[in-house]
Amino acid sequence: MMRILDRHKRDRFADFLFKGVSSFFALLIIVLMLFLFVVLAIESAPAIKAFGFKFIYSTDWNPVRASFGALPAIYGTIVLSAIAIVIAVPVSIGIAVFLTEMAPKKIRGPVGAAIELLASIPSIIYGMWGLFVFAPFLSAYVEPFLIENFGFLPLFRGTPLGIGMLPAGFILAIMIIPFISSVIRDVFLMVPPMLKESGYGMGATKFEVIWNIVIPFARSGIMGAVILGLGRALGETMAVTFMIGNSHDLSISLLDPATSISATLANEFTEAVDDIYLSGLVELGLILFAITFVVLALSKLMTMRFAPQKGRGKA
Amino acid sequence: MNDNNNHNDKIIIKGLNFYYGSKQALYNVTIAVKENEVTALIGPSGCGKTTFLRCLNRMHDLYAGNRYEGEIILDNANILDKGLDLIKLRSKIGMVFQKPTPFPMSVFDNIAFGLKLNGISKKSELAALVEKALKDSALWDEIKDRLNESALSLSGGQQQRLCIARAIAVQPDVILMDEPCSALDPVATAKIEDMMTELKRNYTVVIVTHNMQQAARVSEWTGFFMMGEVKEFDKTQKIFTTPSNQMTEDYITGRFG
Amino acid sequence: MSKRYLMRRVFNCAALSGSLLCAVFGIFFLFWILKDVFSSGIGAMDMAFFTELPSPPGVAGGGLANAIWGTVLITGMATVIGVPAGILAGTYLSEYGRKKRFASVVRFLCDILVSAPSIVIGIFVYAVLVKPFKGFSAVAGALALAIIMLPVVVRTAEEMLKLVPDATREAALALGAPHWKVTLQVVYRGAFRGIITGVMLAVARISGETAPLLFTSFNNAFWNSNITEPTASLTVTIFNYAMGPYDDWHAKAWGGAFIITFTVLFINILSRLLLRGRTGS
Ligand SMILES: Nc1ncnc2c1ncn2[C@@H]1O[C@H](COP(=O)(O)OP(=O)(O)O)[C@@H](O)[C@H]1O
Ligand SMILES: [Mg+2]
Repeated sequence: MMRILDRHKRDRFADFLFKGVSSFFALLIIVLMLFLFVVLAIESAPAIKAFGFKFIYSTDWNPVRASFGALPAIYGTIVLSAIAIVIAVPVSIGIAVFLTEMAPKKIRGPVGAAIELLASIPSIIYGMWGLFVFAPFLSAYVEPFLIENFGFLPLFRGTPLGIGMLPAGFILAIMIIPFISSVIRDVFLMVPPMLKESGYGMGATKFEVIWNIVIPFARSGIMGAVILGLGRALGETMAVTFMIGNSHDLSISLLDPATSISATLANEFTEAVDDIYLSGLVELGLILFAITFVVLALSKLMTMRFAPQKGRGKA
Repeated sequence: MNDNNNHNDKIIIKGLNFYYGSKQALYNVTIAVKENEVTALIGPSGCGKTTFLRCLNRMHDLYAGNRYEGEIILDNANILDKGLDLIKLRSKIGMVFQKPTPFPMSVFDNIAFGLKLNGISKKSELAALVEKALKDSALWDEIKDRLNESALSLSGGQQQRLCIARAIAVQPDVILMDEPCSALDPVATAKIEDMMTELKRNYTVVIVTHNMQQAARVSEWTGFFMMGEVKEFDKTQKIFTTPSNQMTEDYITGRFG
Repeated sequence: MSKRYLMRRVFNCAALSGSLLCAVFGIFFLFWILKDVFSSGIGAMDMAFFTELPSPPGVAGGGLANAIWGTVLITGMATVIGVPAGILAGTYLSEYGRKKRFASVVRFLCDILVSAPSIVIGIFVYAVLVKPFKGFSAVAGALALAIIMLPVVVRTAEEMLKLVPDATREAALALGAPHWKVTLQVVYRGAFRGIITGVMLAVARISGETAPLLFTSFNNAFWNSNITEPTASLTVTIFNYAMGPYDDWHAKAWGGAFIITFTVLFINILSRLLLRGRTGS
């Protein structure tokens, strides 16, 4: 009897301990997030004090003269992500349609897996492949064509280098396609079958059902997926660093070398010797983190209602 | 109510109300469960049988918002008391669920799990007790060669009997069964019913069943639930021959909507 | 009427072929990239690649043994830090905090952290570990990678634990088992394969990370097993070599890319098979 009583006391303590420890690690996530913001803010304080808002709208980035204008990097990040989204979204929707409505059951698994494997290839591999294989290909075949036929647009002027905003954006698009398409696919799968059947029942074609019923039903989920892709694209670093050309000169042409926040950080962080330079770079990181935080939070909020309902059932 | 002095009251439920959050699921349930007999609970689905059964081992405490009122007296103590040690309570009251709930481990470990909880750790002692539990549940001959296989590889009927064996291995006083045969075929059901007659020699059994014949076959006492209330509670024989409540009669004769 | 019908059919056909093309587009790039990584990288695979230090620029021969070792070291340390922390936090979410507000905040932040720019994590670790202690180190790199893998592990652990039916938990509790024993001996056991798979995927992911290592573990041309010293990693070495001017470096970089890519790919495919095996049984 004594033994049993002891056991109960021990068990209650162990229960308490185990719950405490696991709660602690859950709390750690929140603390970590807070810390990230706080530490970045502290480290970038000198730059914020020194440059104020000029940091964001000035185009002059010259570490030697301690002049730090982040506009080229911010502009590059935004344009780059926009290019990636414009390319990736239609393709991702196409893939999701293929995987949910088109493909025979047998090949859905393998095709879906192959698309998802794109996400597993490390960023640096995309970058290296882009620089050594894709850029020469672009500069030999694609960019001369663009310049010749669309050169009247300022967007497509310049020399066919194979690196720059457009090539980097294209690679980025391939990298975010698996993320966008897998969310859209999940959202499509949440469309009630009865809704679709009522469309088919009226004699609609498959395309008409998808266009008029599935996509409108899934609209906010698709938006969420797109924004998730945007969040990914904004912060992507290594592939961009290889492909963008790393130039702080602002240019309207998508074929000219440019830079992005992440590429600037990857290239210059270890070279930054003076404190103000480093602080400026950290401020760039803070801006990037803040933007992606907001974008990703938005995406999460938009896809939340499509999450498969995993209510707790009773036995 | 003539010969109920043969057996003592094992559990006395007095004025039990139960709430899922703001939704009341049981109304003023008052019955007494007799020691070493089988008590069957019948009634249309959704009437609160499962809810009642899960009050008896305080399973509802796992989820926030659930609330009890009234008394459930087991061995002279109210098990609804706030400070009650649930672990101790549950080692006294075993439970078998509607669907088999094998643990993701070997057949042997499934049964040894509860024994180890009670401090039994010697290999030989464990082996002997596991064998005894399996023999008591008539499972030994069927699976004595498969003790080290995953319990998930057994058939549904075997899994359910394993769960019963697991529950009786720790020698509880009371065994609660929530439609233990509803997921099983007739042959497996017959085996479990046979077990039940054995079980009541040593245990007090409360069984929820959807199957009226089953209730009639295995139980001494029957409670008829409807909409969260106990409409009638009496000797099984009485309930099935001369029920005093019109609703009970309608239900057991199948005239029920 | 029938012309309109024909148009609808044609349109339908065109749109559906479009979706097929999209899938082909994705798969095409997967295989194009893999083909080049394979054909350019396989040439660098020899004994020396795995056993020798890098030779000076322009000099043929040598290997990336130090970088391979560094990646194993840093990834290993990150796993040791990140996995237990992640599993415990995931345990909280699945076993204690299902309907709690606190838990949904944690979930929300995890999902953001999963997609947050990894280079920012690098800056963070630089600020808290490298700058105060005046030096790049393997520990700093490992901490950065641990932070990156943490939310991945938390969420997969939670998902996998939730796959264990509640009835199984209740059955164990009904035997009088305390909550912690139910979790440790029943729930973990049921979710074991899923969690292992999740951990494998997380390890694969961090072993390919470059950005967070650039200014934490930095680089090192020599052997290093002191975890407070700068340490080479395959990915950072690939970055430096690929950006450098020498053909020999490029060949080495492709070799590194070969190893990383196919290791990561192998782990991904393996874990898929493992998970499928489970749902099949
Ligand atoms: N977890 C729960 N939360 C809220 N209501 C519940 C829950 N479980 C059961 N109920 C409700 O309680 C009533 C009784 O259910 P239950 O005890 O499962 O009935 P039975 O087992 O007799 O079929 C039903 O109306 C059911 O909808
Ligand atoms: Mg029920």
